[in-house]
Amino acid sequence: MEVFVVSLLNGLVYGMLLFMLASGLTLILSMMGVLNFAHASAYMLGAYFAYTISVYIGFWPALIIAPLLCGLIGAAIEMWGLRRVHRNGHIAELLFTFGLALIIEKVVQMSWGLLPVPYRVPELLDFPLFKIYGTQFPAYRAFMLAISALMFGAIWLGLTRTRVGLVIQAALTHPDMASALGHNVPRIFTLVFAAGTALAGLAGVIGGNYQVTEPAMAFTMGPIVFVVVVFGGLGSLTGCFIASILMGLIQTFAVVFDVSLADLLAKFGFTVTSSTPFAEVLNVTLPRVGALLPFLMLVLILVFRPRGLMGTRDT
Amino acid sequence: MLQGKWLTAFFGIVLAIACGGHAWAQGTIKVAYTDPLSGPFAQVGDANLKQMQYIIDYINSKGGALGKKFELVPFDNKSQPSDALIALKSATDQNMPFIMQCSGSNIAAALIDGVNKHNDRNPDNRIIYLNCGAVATELTNEQCSFWHFRFDLHVGMKAEVMVRSLPKEVKKVYLINQDYLFGQSVQREVKNYLAKLRPDVQVVGDELIPLGKVKDFSPYITKINASGAQALLTGNWGPDMNLLIKAGVDAGADLRYYTFYAHLAGGPTAIGVGGDNRVLAVMSFGENVAPEIGNKEAEAFAQGFRDKHKFDFSAAGFRTIFEYLQGAVNKAGSVDPTKIALAMEDLTVKDFLGFDTRMRKEDHQIISEYFVGTFKKGVKYDAEGTGLGWATSATILAKDVDQPNTCKMKRPSAS
Repeated sequence: MEVFVVSLLNGLVYGMLLFMLASGLTLILSMMGVLNFAHASAYMLGAYFAYTISVYIGFWPALIIAPLLCGLIGAAIEMWGLRRVHRNGHIAELLFTFGLALIIEKVVQMSWGLLPVPYRVPELLDFPLFKIYGTQFPAYRAFMLAISALMFGAIWLGLTRTRVGLVIQAALTHPDMASALGHNVPRIFTLVFAAGTALAGLAGVIGGNYQVTEPAMAFTMGPIVFVVVVFGGLGSLTGCFIASILMGLIQTFAVVFDVSLADLLAKFGFTVTSSTPFAEVLNVTLPRVGALLPFLMLVLILVFRPRGLMGTRDT
Repeated sequence: MLQGKWLTAFFGIVLAIACGGHAWAQGTIKVAYTDPLSGPFAQVGDANLKQMQYIIDYINSKGGALGKKFELVPFDNKSQPSDALIALKSATDQNMPFIMQCSGSNIAAALIDGVNKHNDRNPDNRIIYLNCGAVATELTNEQCSFWHFRFDLHVGMKAEVMVRSLPKEVKKVYLINQDYLFGQSVQREVKNYLAKLRPDVQVVGDELIPLGKVKDFSPYITKINASGAQALLTGNWGPDMNLLIKAGVDAGADLRYYTFYAHLAGGPTAIGVGGDNRVLAVMSFGENVAPEIGNKEAEAFAQGFRDKHKFDFSAAGFRTIFEYLQGAVNKAGSVDPTKIALAMEDLTVKDFLGFDTRMRKEDHQIISEYFVGTFKKGVKYDAEGTGLGWATSATILAKDVDQPNTCKMKRPSAS
């Protein structure tokens, strides 16, 4: 029971972090059809910017400034890079962002070095909020939860209740029509791309000190974010939210349950011995393969429900 | 058109520099060095490279060997055995007598195999593999090779040191290791020595994690807490080490951490103040060893690195490697790898801290002193500016780590 409660909390925190990263990507992907490989790089840049800013003027200004910087970079990439490449089709865009991701990683390595930087949780939040069955729950995690919940609310309200949001939604499904009605669709694209990058930057600001800020952080977060976006479905913020929380919980609980296929078979009265075919595979416990489960689910959903959990159209 | 001219000029200059550099490097003894210099484990390779460069500069200032200077030629292997083999190919193509590799026992296993085959087929262009940190026990037992020399204690020896340093009151331990050759070796050896030396200790959890894939270790900490373990024993390295301890410290888990690699670059930053007096590392060197034993010269040497770079000097073992190379090349009187390999066997070197070390002939495993460091406040040299550093809590002499081996080495026929 205690393990369950603590794992639930951990899974929620991790899931919400994933959501912050994935929400921006899902907006960009569903609107512009660009699978942005450089998205996790914005996450990394957010963390590094926040570290550098927090050294000089503290964490709280960094919380605002770092995402804005990331947003500006995103806008620049869209206006001067993606828009030109866009004419040559999706493959060109994909390769463009892929190259960009590698370049950003190298630039980060050259500017901040290969070693992790000492980006720490602000002192104000560096205390255990409560203790549950002997495990402390750091206040910072509650803060992360709060920020991501706020963000979810803000995006959702913004997209469904404001004029800008409605125009974005219109441009998302019917770009030509929106354009004919006099809306500047390219500018909307820039805005969405910048907003998405800023969100990733924000995730970096609060995720960088929760995990470790180092040049490989983009590389390790990248794949899982794609899984979330595809799993959640194109064009659905709710689907993205559910997928994020689900992935967070799956990865957390996969660690906790020490079961293998052999145990499952034993329930049906079938004993696995060392002479059983595939005994090696059957005896692998869940924690050993936990990190692979999201990718397994990605494969399954692409086979059985290609539009994702709550997707409104096919990929 | 103008652009074309510029390009020609540019390549011309590059070519000129490359050729010039090559001509200048003719008289050096080249050591190919391959480790991850990009990807998730790049920090490890990069830290190694900087420390080696510092040591080579020192060795060269002391005359190198046979009047020649050593030169390090880095190759990125992206943590992939296949890329390490490409590095081996380039090294042999350029007739380099040595290839060095530190990180990843799976890569080391591939390299040993590759070097064996190459040396069999090309008796006049052989190469020696200097292993600076791939420590799976098998590499000098079942897989031992005449061409492979290991300059770090293997997992079995480190595990014995770790188990011996467990205090009496610890009765329940939890093991977490990376799911590949090295991690499984740690898992097996630690359990083996626990059974042998501390039968009173109970292993309440034993876990393998995918290498470099876990981003959040909080669930593991929850599980460890629930198991009632008093100590966590782990061979993890790189981000797998740093994230694990960070998660434990953040959750305020009442645990002691017994590690092989918490002292390496990035570790202390990730652990932070919360790890005071909780984290131990079985290590070949710590910056506080020299002042503790009053060795001014060694202290100044480590200090020199710190002044040049922003991180700590942890790789004293690398200096021992180059002192062995210096000694063996001088003794062989040639840069012929076969002669050097023979000269290296049973060579003894007093390392820069003043302890005796020996390259064991039977399995080409170095036997050297080792330390257990505790991460705490109030030491002379703190680690990575955290205010805490590694205080030596135990020193184990070479004669006490000398474990038997099962190596049946195939030696080259006398020629």
